[in-house]
Amino acid sequence: MNTEPIRLLIIEDEAPIRRLIKASYGPTEAHVFEADTAEEGLRATARHNPEVILLDLGLPDQDGQEVCRQIREWSQTPIIVLSARGQERDKVAALDNGADDYITKPFNVGELQARIRAALRHGARLKTQAADVPFERGNIRIDVGGRLVFKGGVEVHLTPNEFKLLALLVRHAGMVLTHRQLLEEVWGPAYADELHYLRVYMGQLRHKLEDDPARPQLIRTESGVGYRLLVDG
Amino acid sequence: MSQRPDPDALLAKLATEGGATERGCLKVYLGMAAGVGKTYTMLSDGQEAKRRGEDVVVGFLQAHGRRETEDLAEGLERIPLKEIPYQGITLEEFDLDAALARKPGLVLVDELAHTNAPGSRHRRRWQDVQELLSAGINVATTVNIQHFESLNDVVAQITGIIVTETLPDSVIQEAQDVELIDLTPDELIHRIKEGKVYIPQKVDQALDGFFKKRNLVALRELALRRTAEAVDQQVRTFRAAEGVKESWHTSERLLVCIAPNKLSTHVVRAAHNMANALHEEWYAVTVESTRQVSEAEAKVVYEALRLAEQLGAKTSILSGAGIADEIVRFAQAHNITTIVVAKPVQPRWKEILFGSVVDSLVRHSGDINIHVIRGVDDGAPPANPLAVRNKTIDWRGWGLSVVTVALATVACGLLDPWVKEAGKSMIYLLAVATVGFSAGMAESAFASLLAILCLNYFFTAPRGTFQVANPQYYVVFTVLAAVSLSISALATRTREEGRQSALRARRTAALYELSRKLAATRSRREIAEFAAEQVRNVFECDAAVLIKSRKTGELFSAPGSRSGFENDDKEIAVANWVADRGTRAGRFTDTLPGSSGLYLPLNAEKGCVGVLAVLLGEGRALDGAWEHLLQTYANQLAVAIERTNLAKNSTETHLEVEREKLRSALLSTVSHDLRTPLAVIAGSADQLRSSTTLTDPHDRELAEAVATEAERLERQVRNLLDMTRLESGSIELRPEWQSIEELIGGALLRCEPVLAGRSVKVSLPQNLPLLRLDGELMEHVFINLFENAARHTPEGAYVHVTGDQKSGDVEILFENNGPCLIKGEEEMIFRKFARSASTKGRGSGLGLAICRSIVEAHGGAIWAQSIQPQGVRFVISLPLPDKAPEAPVEH
Repeated sequence: MNTEPIRLLIIEDEAPIRRLIKASYGPTEAHVFEADTAEEGLRATARHNPEVILLDLGLPDQDGQEVCRQIREWSQTPIIVLSARGQERDKVAALDNGADDYITKPFNVGELQARIRAALRHGARLKTQAADVPFERGNIRIDVGGRLVFKGGVEVHLTPNEFKLLALLVRHAGMVLTHRQLLEEVWGPAYADELHYLRVYMGQLRHKLEDDPARPQLIRTESGVGYRLLVDG
Repeated sequence: MSQRPDPDALLAKLATEGGATERGCLKVYLGMAAGVGKTYTMLSDGQEAKRRGEDVVVGFLQAHGRRETEDLAEGLERIPLKEIPYQGITLEEFDLDAALARKPGLVLVDELAHTNAPGSRHRRRWQDVQELLSAGINVATTVNIQHFESLNDVVAQITGIIVTETLPDSVIQEAQDVELIDLTPDELIHRIKEGKVYIPQKVDQALDGFFKKRNLVALRELALRRTAEAVDQQVRTFRAAEGVKESWHTSERLLVCIAPNKLSTHVVRAAHNMANALHEEWYAVTVESTRQVSEAEAKVVYEALRLAEQLGAKTSILSGAGIADEIVRFAQAHNITTIVVAKPVQPRWKEILFGSVVDSLVRHSGDINIHVIRGVDDGAPPANPLAVRNKTIDWRGWGLSVVTVALATVACGLLDPWVKEAGKSMIYLLAVATVGFSAGMAESAFASLLAILCLNYFFTAPRGTFQVANPQYYVVFTVLAAVSLSISALATRTREEGRQSALRARRTAALYELSRKLAATRSRREIAEFAAEQVRNVFECDAAVLIKSRKTGELFSAPGSRSGFENDDKEIAVANWVADRGTRAGRFTDTLPGSSGLYLPLNAEKGCVGVLAVLLGEGRALDGAWEHLLQTYANQLAVAIERTNLAKNSTETHLEVEREKLRSALLSTVSHDLRTPLAVIAGSADQLRSSTTLTDPHDRELAEAVATEAERLERQVRNLLDMTRLESGSIELRPEWQSIEELIGGALLRCEPVLAGRSVKVSLPQNLPLLRLDGELMEHVFINLFENAARHTPEGAYVHVTGDQKSGDVEILFENNGPCLIKGEEEMIFRKFARSASTKGRGSGLGLAICRSIVEAHGGAIWAQSIQPQGVRFVISLPLPDKAPEAPVEH
């Protein structure tokens, strides 16, 4: 395991939330940098070069969306957006503006740490370009390079689009993908609003891969936002 | 190139046709007299319509005891007649309200010209029919030719009977269909003799009176002509719509002059017939001249104007000294081509002396045609306007004459030695002129006669006698008389003009004052108060303004009248009727004339905004000018009230926007300020709970309690906020294609911890269609239902979710085997803050209320049922979308 402490930047105006996140990591596990305004956050991003940024959307001085855009202009550091429930539109906008994932307040600390781990892995994948490690969860094994999918050791036949969709999720394993991102990637930009395509294909994928399609353990629906491939650990 | 249709005509046609879809259609069965079979034909057609499947009812049937007619009505639904007690007897009338409430497709109403019993809503049945039509009900009715308003005189001439039950021609003109029921006079007489029309006792009387062959032939001709005109009208409507060039000159305009005498209504009818035959636009005017007009004359003029209005004329009241001049001026201003006047009724000598209106019209009218109509000789001598004038003898005028002439005589006597006859006549002239300036014509004439007699008796030779020696005195006497009369005529006219212009000035000033005040007033109450006060003062009556509430549409009396007459239940009903229909009613009108007040609607651009109620003292009549002015007041008032209504609306919209802003600001603040600390508490407790350093079981328990309770509090706050958002309407639905399975899966994932220990099974059919739903909200519904199930079932219970596609919707069932609902709770649990008696107050009492709000916002329904022997089932029914989404394509 990676024993290096992770460098984490929290851009959030509520001190108790910052404290809570900070407290969830032991002193050897993470270096936590804090910023309570957007301006300070941007400066801290440049100065500390964090591995993951946690960004609150409701900052006092600047719109969170704008912060997202500005960071993305010069940095690929994964951004996880902190947002309140009911702000699905803002979340989607942030994701489309370059954020990598989101977590809804109030959040479970374990869940947050899982998101951070997924984001770190994703960042590492981007750097090494190594996408050939087969994905495994439960009895499912997905070999993106070999275009093969197994369930309990038996090969599952997928249509080309089903596979494209699944491969996309695997490349972003553990992280959310918005409807728009999925549709544009698989069917093309002209289909960005054909939400029912996704509904139909996700249904098909679940029926082929999940043990109980109504209680998915592999592909999670992020209501109003998109889909997420769940990962172990 | 074909002629383009006249846009105005097209619009009018559109209005008629557009109206026809909302307004009911009228079919009229027209006959020349009773007994031709109108009712019979109407009933046969009614039966036929019923066979075709139409909803036909009989509103009123006048069978005159004829068996075949009664038999024919067999099988048709009848609206029970309304019984109206009147002077000890009970009259049976058509029940308008029952018909309106029944709202049939077609209602048969016999005898259109009938006059309703006193106490009915309308004075006449044709008004009942109008109301049925405006309610969108089709009406078939019967009428005889003699009841046409415009034919009233002609019928009187033919039959010698004056028909009192007349109806405006416009009622018939509105009919989409006029069917003539024709029978030759001989056949009709034969039928009467057979007793098919009247009971035997009445046969002879009928045949000797109205049903003389001579009469019937003439009436038949009238009926045939009228029907032909109706057909002609239809042809023209079609031709106009198709852009066919009209073959007649359409710029013809006709003007009828109304004078205060009995001929006026006759002239109006004649003018209407002319205008109708030539398809001309027509006007009716009267001139308020300097001549004093009695109340009876004013009434005659007013009635003639009303009649003209009913017959479709545009009416106007002119004022000025020269009657003919005013008429010609009006005619020129309105491009009148023909002026219709009655033949003069005054004796020839009067015309020579005072001139005649007809003469000066002929002389001054230039290229306008003058059409002079003869009066109808109805046996009664024409009413002498002077006879009905209230005569109050002005003794001062007569006294003045006597005194002045006496003084002149004394003066002449004193100056006798020095002044000759010529000088004395000058002194008398002075006296007579003085009288002429201040007294009326009769008094002046008397004074000049007195002067001549005195001059003759006392001062001309031979003195002491009335003989005249020198013929030149006749010249002196004549001059004396002529001068005195002309001065008096001039003076009288000037005085009268002064009076008229003072009156006009007063009215104008009052109107000006009203509009000025109305413009400066902001609140409706003030406007109404002021207007009521003005009406009371200017019209010397009691008045109230009733304003229509913008929210409820109910009338409220803004400033009450002095006597409070408008608060009577009956009067309130009249006022409401007026406010609903936008037409006037009450006293002096044909609708509910039995009420004590007159009610004018305040019609503004966006409909009726209120009612002006006016109570005139007993015995006071409504005259034309008065009514015009009152109407002008009402118009001004309507505009002013509408203006404040609009201003208020915009203020309210503004306020609403502000309120909404405040509410959402408050919501987000509360949501943020409550939930951030809660999130921190829950998060911290959670960390504590899972911390490896916390070893004391007691401390662990405490941390556990903090964590679960914080989570519960979080849920409560969430539900409260959601309920508030849903209720304030600040949540906007964003429907997208959703899969039920996916939504339930998402909800289940979130609820896994609370559902621990329950066996949850979801079995949805695989072909369940996608629905247009707001995913987040609907997931919320499922989460609430799962949480609800967890709360109300013991560990080890099962929760089973199934779904089914019905014809028009999809049903999703949540079943559990927890305790049953107590009877009556099925509905109660969906109410806010309501909890089932079987639970011990664990939930917020909002979860199910939120579910219902959300499901109903999607056009669906949610309900609960108990399952025997144990368990509860929640059913969510969601409508299927109009069309399914297109299937995805595989590239």
